[in-house]
Amino acid sequence: MPLLHAQALSRSFGSTRALVELTLSIEPGEIVALMGANGAGKSTFVKILSGVLAPDAGSVLFKGRPYAPSVPAEATAAGVVTVHQSTDLVGIPGLTVGDALLLNRFVDRREPFFVSRRRVRREAQAMLREAGFDLPVDRNFAELPAADRQLVAIARALVNRAELLILDEPTASLSAAESRRLYATLLDLKRRGMAILYISHRTADLAALADRVAVLRGGRVVETFARPVDFDAAIETMIGRPLASARPDARRADGDPVFEISGGRLLPGSEPFDLALRRGEVVAITGVLGAGKSRLLSAVFGAGRLAEGAMRLDGARYAPESPREAIAAGVAMAGEDRHRSSLMPAGWPGETIAETISLPHLSRWYPSGFIRPRRERAKAEAAIDRLGIRAAGPTASVWTLSGGNQQKVVLGRWEAEPGRLLLLDEPFQGVDVGARHDIITAIRSRTDRATLIATSDPEEAIEVADRVLTMDHHTIREGRAGAGARRIGEDAR
Amino acid sequence: MTTAHDDTASRPGAGEHLREFLRAGAVFILLFAMVVGFTAAQPAFININNLMSILQAVSVVAILGAGVTVTLAVGGFDLSIGAVAASSVMAASYVMIVWGLGAFATIPLVLLLGAAIGFVNAFLIVRLKVPDLLATLSMMFLLTGLQLIPTAGRSISPGLILPDGTTATGAYDPLFLLVGRSSLFGIVPLPVVIMGVVAVLLFVLTERTRIGRLLFATGGNELATRLAGGPTDRLKTLAYVISGTLASLGGIVVAARVGRGDVSSGASLLMDSVAAALIGFAVLGLRRPNVFGTIVGAVFVGVLLNGLTMLNAPYYAQDFVKGAVLVGALALTYGVARGRA
Repeated sequence: MPLLHAQALSRSFGSTRALVELTLSIEPGEIVALMGANGAGKSTFVKILSGVLAPDAGSVLFKGRPYAPSVPAEATAAGVVTVHQSTDLVGIPGLTVGDALLLNRFVDRREPFFVSRRRVRREAQAMLREAGFDLPVDRNFAELPAADRQLVAIARALVNRAELLILDEPTASLSAAESRRLYATLLDLKRRGMAILYISHRTADLAALADRVAVLRGGRVVETFARPVDFDAAIETMIGRPLASARPDARRADGDPVFEISGGRLLPGSEPFDLALRRGEVVAITGVLGAGKSRLLSAVFGAGRLAEGAMRLDGARYAPESPREAIAAGVAMAGEDRHRSSLMPAGWPGETIAETISLPHLSRWYPSGFIRPRRERAKAEAAIDRLGIRAAGPTASVWTLSGGNQQKVVLGRWEAEPGRLLLLDEPFQGVDVGARHDIITAIRSRTDRATLIATSDPEEAIEVADRVLTMDHHTIREGRAGAGARRIGEDAR
Repeated sequence: MTTAHDDTASRPGAGEHLREFLRAGAVFILLFAMVVGFTAAQPAFININNLMSILQAVSVVAILGAGVTVTLAVGGFDLSIGAVAASSVMAASYVMIVWGLGAFATIPLVLLLGAAIGFVNAFLIVRLKVPDLLATLSMMFLLTGLQLIPTAGRSISPGLILPDGTTATGAYDPLFLLVGRSSLFGIVPLPVVIMGVVAVLLFVLTERTRIGRLLFATGGNELATRLAGGPTDRLKTLAYVISGTLASLGGIVVAARVGRGDVSSGASLLMDSVAAALIGFAVLGLRRPNVFGTIVGAVFVGVLLNGLTMLNAPYYAQDFVKGAVLVGALALTYGVARGRA
C-alpha cells in the first residue's frame, strides 16, 4: 500500500487550470522527485498536500485513510511536513539554534510555562542526536548558513514523527559541498523509512537522490521515470520540446576589452586579480557562497567598492560612486534574489511588467517628466515577444508570473536599452529548465556588449558562458575554457 | 482611475467582480448615502453654503494629509506636520506683528520655514539613519516647544508685550487675512481653492510623473530602486520637504482664518490628516497611499462631522466618530480584500 496516494486532483485559479486530475503515489522509504516547468502545477500540488490549499476535485489517501488538511498544522500533525525554499522563517534572528529547534514546542500548552536555558539546550541536543545532525545549539540563528537552516527544519520535522517530508528546492541557495551533506542526510532518512517528495530543478540533485522522477506538465503527471533516470528525456518531457544540446561552441572573442580590472582586491587582505571582458563575450564566475562573487559584481556596479585596483570601461577610467553612475556609463546589474533587488511588492505602484522594465529608464523615456504609459507598454510588449515571457500582457503584475518569467522581465529591463556591460548575479535562481534555456539564448544572442554572470552552480556556468572563471577566497582563479570548466562541473557532483 | 485599479477590476469572475466593485466604491457609496441621509433629516445640509463650509473646514486637514501621503509613498511617515502647521501659525503672526512685514514677505518666509523643517527631518532620516517615526516625533516635540519661546508662551495678537517688555507695533496684513477669509466668486472659499490646487498638483506629481513613480518605488523597494539608478536619498528628502512645505501652507491658512497666533492651534491636525491619508487607502480599493483618496478621506470625515453636528450630536463624540470611520475604512481595505488570490 502506498504511503500517500493522490487521486485525480484538480484545482483552478480563475480560468487557469493549475492541476488537472493529477494522480501520484509515494511509497514508504521512497524519494520521489517532482520536475516541472514553472506553472506546471508543482507548487499547487505541494500546497494541497501541506494544507494551504484545498483541491476543487479529487482526493488524497495517506496511510490508507482520507487526508484533507485544512490548515498546515493539521498536515504536520498527520505526519506530512513541508520544508520551504526560504528557510529564513524557520527560526528567529537573535534567538539561538536551540530555540529554533524547539520553537513549536514553545507554543504547545502542555509544555511547562517556564523555560530554562539548560532545558532548551538539553532537549535541542536530544533532537539533534535523534536526527543525527551536528548543529551548534547555542549559536545565533541568524549566523547559521543556509544549509544548516534546512537541517533545523528537517530536524523539527523528524521530532514531529513526520512520515512524508516535502522539500521545495532545498538546494537553491546551497553550495556544492553543502548540497552533498544534505544528500547524505536525506538518503539516511530514506533508509530509516521516510518518504520524501523532492522538488528541484537541478539534475545533480535528482541524479543523486531520486528513486523515481515524476514529470509534471500542464497540471498533470505526464510521465514517470524510474532509476536510472534518463534526464535528457525527462527534461524534454518537462518542457515539451527537444532540448538543443547544452550550448553552441564557445565563441572566441578578441579585440580590445570592454571592461578591465587590473590589480583588483575585493578585501584589503585578499589576493589581487585581473579581469578582462571583451565585446560579445559571456563570462561566468562560479564559486561557493561567500567566495566574493556578489561583492565583485557590486563593486563593478558602484553599489560597493574595490578595496584596491583600477577599473576601465572602453579604455577609460571607470570608478562609479553609485549604481546611478554605473548605469549612466552603460553598466547594468540584475541582482541576486530578484524579489529583493529588482521587483516592487505586490499591490504597490510599479508592480506591472511594463513598470518593472521602465524603472531604470524613466528619465530617458520620459524626458518631460510626465509618464505616458503607451511608451513603456510598447517596450514591455517587445520584451514579452523577444524573451517569450508568458503573461497576460504588459500591464499584468509581475506577481502573477512564475519565477522564470519574472527573471525574464528583469532581463528585459536591462535589454530595453543598449549597454556596454551586463552583470547578472544568480540569474537562474528558482528558474526552471525551460525558462533557463530561453534566458540563456537571450543572453547569448546579444553581441553588442559583454556579460558577466555570477552563479554558484557550475553546470549553469558551463551552459551559459563562453568562458568560466572560478572565485575563491575573494580572488579570481582563471579557469581555462573547456577542459577547466568541465572539471569544475564534475566537482559539483 | 489608475492602472493598478483597472488591472484588478478586469480579472474575471462575477462574484469577484462585484466584490471588487464594492471594495473600490465603498467610500463613495457611503458618502452618497450620508449626504442623502443628512439631507432627509435636515434639508439645510445640502445648502451650497453649508457644503462649502464643510470643504473649508476640511481644507487644512486635506492639505496636510496630502503631505503625509507623499511621505507614506516613500515608505516614511511624517509625525511633525501638526507641529509644523502650529509653528507656522506662530511664525506668520510673529513676522507680521513683531517684525511688521506684509503678506508678500510673510507667506514665502513661512513656506520656507516649513521646507527647512522638512529638510532637517530628511537629514535626520536619510543621513543620520534615524528611523522616520522617531525623527519626526522628536521634531514634533522640538517644534511644540520652540514655538513658545519667542513670545514666552503667550499667544500672538496685535499689542503683544514681548519678553523684553516692549510692545509689538505690527498688525495682521489685511491681504494676508484674505487667504483665509475671502471667496472666489463669493461662493468658493479661498482655502478650498488652495486645497483643490494642492490636490491636483500632488495627484499629477505622484500618479502621472516619473518623480511620482520613483517616490513610490522608493517606498515599495528601496534597494531595487537604488539598484535601478534611482536617487533614493534625494527622493526621500523631496518627500519630507514637500510634507513640511504643505504643513506650513496649512498653517498659513489657519493663521489667515483665525487672525492671531494661538498657542493651541493645530492640536488635532496631525491625527486628523493621518486619518485622512489612511482612510484614503480604502478609496478605490487601492490599499496604498494616494492623494486622491486622502482628499476624499478628509471630505468624508468632514461631511460626517458636519451632518452629525446639524443633528445636534454632542461635540465630544467627534473623536469617537473619526476613530470609528478609520477603523471601518481599514477593516474594509484589508479585511475584505483578503479573499483575493
